[in-house]
Amino acid sequence: MSGGDKPAKVYALHLAVLAVLFTLNFVLPAYYHGLMARIMVLAVFAMGYNVLFGYAGLLSLGHAMFFAAGMYGTGLTIVHFGFSVPLAFVGGIACGAVLAFVIGLLALRTSGVAFMIVTMMFAQVFALSLIYFAGWTGGDQGLVIPQPARILNLGAAAFDLTDPTVRYMTALALFAAALFATLALVRSRHGRVLVAIRENEERTKMLGYDTFANKLAAVTVSGTISAAAGAAFALLFGYVGANFAGVQYSILPLLWVLLGGAATTLGPLLGTLVMYVVTDTASSFTSAWLLIVGVVLILLVLFFPKGILGTLRARWLGWLP
Amino acid sequence: MAFGPHLLLAVLEGLVTAAVLSLTALGLSLVFGVMRIVNVAHGEFFMLGAVLAWAVANALGGHPALGFVAALVIAPLIVGAVAWLAERLVLSRLGYNPESTIVATIGLLYIIQQLALTFYGPEARPVAPPFNVRLSLPWFGYSAYKLSIIATAALLLIATWLVLTRTKIGLTMRATQYDSETAQAFGIPVGRVYAGVFALGAMLAALAAVLIVPISQAHYLMGQDPLLLSFIVVIIGGLGSLRGTVVAAVLIGVSDGVVSMFFSPTLAKMIATLAVALVLVFRPQGLFGTTAR
Repeated sequence: MSGGDKPAKVYALHLAVLAVLFTLNFVLPAYYHGLMARIMVLAVFAMGYNVLFGYAGLLSLGHAMFFAAGMYGTGLTIVHFGFSVPLAFVGGIACGAVLAFVIGLLALRTSGVAFMIVTMMFAQVFALSLIYFAGWTGGDQGLVIPQPARILNLGAAAFDLTDPTVRYMTALALFAAALFATLALVRSRHGRVLVAIRENEERTKMLGYDTFANKLAAVTVSGTISAAAGAAFALLFGYVGANFAGVQYSILPLLWVLLGGAATTLGPLLGTLVMYVVTDTASSFTSAWLLIVGVVLILLVLFFPKGILGTLRARWLGWLP
Repeated sequence: MAFGPHLLLAVLEGLVTAAVLSLTALGLSLVFGVMRIVNVAHGEFFMLGAVLAWAVANALGGHPALGFVAALVIAPLIVGAVAWLAERLVLSRLGYNPESTIVATIGLLYIIQQLALTFYGPEARPVAPPFNVRLSLPWFGYSAYKLSIIATAALLLIATWLVLTRTKIGLTMRATQYDSETAQAFGIPVGRVYAGVFALGAMLAALAAVLIVPISQAHYLMGQDPLLLSFIVVIIGGLGSLRGTVVAAVLIGVSDGVVSMFFSPTLAKMIATLAVALVLVFRPQGLFGTTAR
């Protein structure tokens, strides 16, 4: 935002990114086609994380619980209650939104390091309860959502979400929705207040803004977007598992956002994409992908704390949102 | 077994957990107290201690006591050196910014975990206890080694307390904790103190791990539970307070032992974690009052 407001350029860039993603559907070979659909869904998760971490400056180590809430909210209602696809999707998002609101009410009483530890602990409790109620959730094994339950009926038309093209397009649609939602959010008044809170909370408070309410809204929006990613993941890939609620899935969105550039709208996609390409390339000669994650994290905080797009914005592209 | 002896057994098991936990948590608490940073890789230093204990004992062979004593000396030293290097190469360059150090120690966590998996493998391996004596109580036999863990941990805690309160090193550390800028102005090498404290914290975790490895095997993922439990203990005990840490470790250790003997361990962990998260939300200074500055 430092380089002045250039809405035409901004919208053109975002539309161009979506156009490239749309074209890739027809170009990519089967393996990368599936991978790209996955990357887009996970990028939505990272975008949700970015709202809280990048813009509001709150580092949560428990976002896996919102992703998993969306995932299980969708998966369990389909498997146990036979919900239809749209209903289960909305149900999953609602689960994440309610959870995020409640967690936000509690965790936002703390700040800084305590906020990270509290979010991590709530996520741990969530993950443990998934294992404890194994009769419902399938525990460690998780649940597979059968193919017939993953058909989206819209009036006369039926879309089979297991079909690669339908899956890719659904992921793209979700990604586009999340992208424009965050773009609208960060350009809104609320988004600017969040940045103000990140930069100096005391001063923002003194200027008369209710910082708690703004932060609570940020946690809820962030959790809701993450839950939407989780719900879509369950529907598109047909699997619901407790490992998605683990600490690792709280740290991965942090890594993606840091890599792509915190507080940039396109950073989460770029970070997720680059990280997947790196681990995918590396996996052909080593299975030590955790090592790569660790090294990348350390190198990022040491040398590129702003991430790829953040560095670009600081150097040349001041208008990047 | 009747309820009474059962409870006694649970309490004894809980005390063993508490002994190991208070050492581990003290390491975390020292690092937080002096350096004001949260070391997410603390559990991995614990794991590294256990894995190195196996490696040392295995390389030496001979009588189990020989390998164990060697491990008790060598493993913490190596872990301390690793921590010292990590502090000098990474953390000191971040200026101890809380968020960056958390991200960096998460990176360290993954690196150590992956290296352990690559070089040590996914198996869980035991280390032979230095002696095999069973004390026969009227109701059940109990391993004398487990009781010696409690004694050793108590000795180590007292030693740490003496170092902190009675020596020049301890004074330097406390001065740095109190006000690092003034300490620097009075000629205390704050950077070296930080590196030393970080290494000491890691060594305490490694010591705890060497003590526990004869009764619970060494595994590359074993660092996760100690990390979470140490967080819990440090938070309940009040950050940076030695007495609070020990009291909280006994409280958590014993209640964990009792609850997981009579109920499901998963449920015990769920309740403990939730309770502590709520403590942190509603009483951020911990239950035993010492406020974190």
